[in-house]
Amino acid sequence: MTSDETTAAFGAEHVAGYNFAYLDEQTKRMIRRAILKAIAIPGYQVPFGSREMPLPYGWGTGGIQVTASVIGPDDVLKVIDQGADDTTNAVSIRAFFAKTTGVATTERTAEATLIQTRHRIPETPLREGQVLIYQVPIPEPLRWLEPRESETRKMHALAEYGVMQVSLYEDIARYGRIAKAYNYPVRVHARYITSPSPIPKFDNPKMDRNPAIQLFGAGRERRIYAIPPYTAVESLDFDDYPFTVEQWPESCALCGATDSFLDEIVTNDKGGRMFICSDTDYCAGRRAENGEETAA
Amino acid sequence: MTLATTGAIGSAFADPVLDAQRTFRVALEALARPGRLVESPSLNEAGWTIGPAAASLCLSLVDHDTPVWLDAAAADAAAALRFHCGCPIVTDAGAAQFAVIGDGTALGPLIRFTVGTDAYPDRSATLIVEVGELREGGPLRLRGPGIETEHRLTVEGLPDGFWRAWRENVDRFPEGVDMFLTCGARLCGLPRTTIVEG
Repeated sequence: MTSDETTAAFGAEHVAGYNFAYLDEQTKRMIRRAILKAIAIPGYQVPFGSREMPLPYGWGTGGIQVTASVIGPDDVLKVIDQGADDTTNAVSIRAFFAKTTGVATTERTAEATLIQTRHRIPETPLREGQVLIYQVPIPEPLRWLEPRESETRKMHALAEYGVMQVSLYEDIARYGRIAKAYNYPVRVHARYITSPSPIPKFDNPKMDRNPAIQLFGAGRERRIYAIPPYTAVESLDFDDYPFTVEQWPESCALCGATDSFLDEIVTNDKGGRMFICSDTDYCAGRRAENGEETAA
Repeated sequence: MTLATTGAIGSAFADPVLDAQRTFRVALEALARPGRLVESPSLNEAGWTIGPAAASLCLSLVDHDTPVWLDAAAADAAAALRFHCGCPIVTDAGAAQFAVIGDGTALGPLIRFTVGTDAYPDRSATLIVEVGELREGGPLRLRGPGIETEHRLTVEGLPDGFWRAWRENVDRFPEGVDMFLTCGARLCGLPRTTIVEG
């Protein structure tokens, strides 16, 4: 069977005139080679020849290129933006891959084989056979401390990370605690300090020894990095100021969850507000379960 | 080029786009879960002088950007690789980004392949090594990223003392070479982070 016949056989939505998953084959090979080196060197940022994509930088061009190089006709794709399946960025990217590949899409974390994410890790634990693909704006965790790429590259080469510990210490001196709430730096496989992308620090512990493959794509900055399954990922801290995650005095107003990351929603102009799960699939799943119990 | 060599160019993927994708996913799983055996997608083996897993890896990963080095046992595959992948074939092992070793027992010192630099450890060679026997379970104990606790593996057809040399490769992290061990259509990954004992 030729490639044309095969691609024509995919879903009716599939748009003719593009290669499977939009990118040309040479670009995919280049990205695939970068992904394999990224897996072999956990946490190290592999430079790659990022391409122009049909959406602006900052909207997930890196994540899309990684997904396009990994995705196959048997995959089931889920795309989330800040935990939600129904926001503009998530809907657009899901539609893009539905059109250019014809693959099945889902909003259920448990059913997905590929999950492209912007700024969250799903609450439902991931398993082997799943690939989590992060959209990354600034892949270099040291960039706000040292603007020169030539210097940060040396710092990574020599594992010279004192400046990062100093910045965390300055937070403690100034605020009495480490003030970073998102993009909280991690150390991968006890070697590279790595940006977890702007996920809330609430999600950092989920990266540690996760059974799924975690891939990171930064389109504008032209970097790909990875965390293989079951790899140690440690959030930086001090013995007397250990890493902690956010806690809320309330539970989710919709599903009652006490173990998920909550968004604060302003409900009117009289100071009314509520806290709800950021992960829409997790929240909907819990509500469906609770509803069934009530009905029974 | 003589007529004799044109007979040995093998077949490409039946579906260049999707077979390349399937092979890459197999390679990704293999490298992300070291030592776990996976099967490469089917390839018409006629005309290939290297194993189907090794040929599939080349077809999906190698192109004009990646110089390839071949050992004596894989040298006959040069015409096929040039024809299908358009890759330069190099005689200097240190210049290769991919190396295809058709006979694992003749694998020389690992250090002749490029291991990258401390600033760019990704600029290192990937070795595709054909071995005589590859089985789950057995004497080798694998640990490291991608392995939950320990993975057991049997490999036959590597030179004596190879695992000592591999340990040096692991200790060189983040520099080092990465390997795919192939045996017919089966393969497993061995990234530079995998500690092998036994």
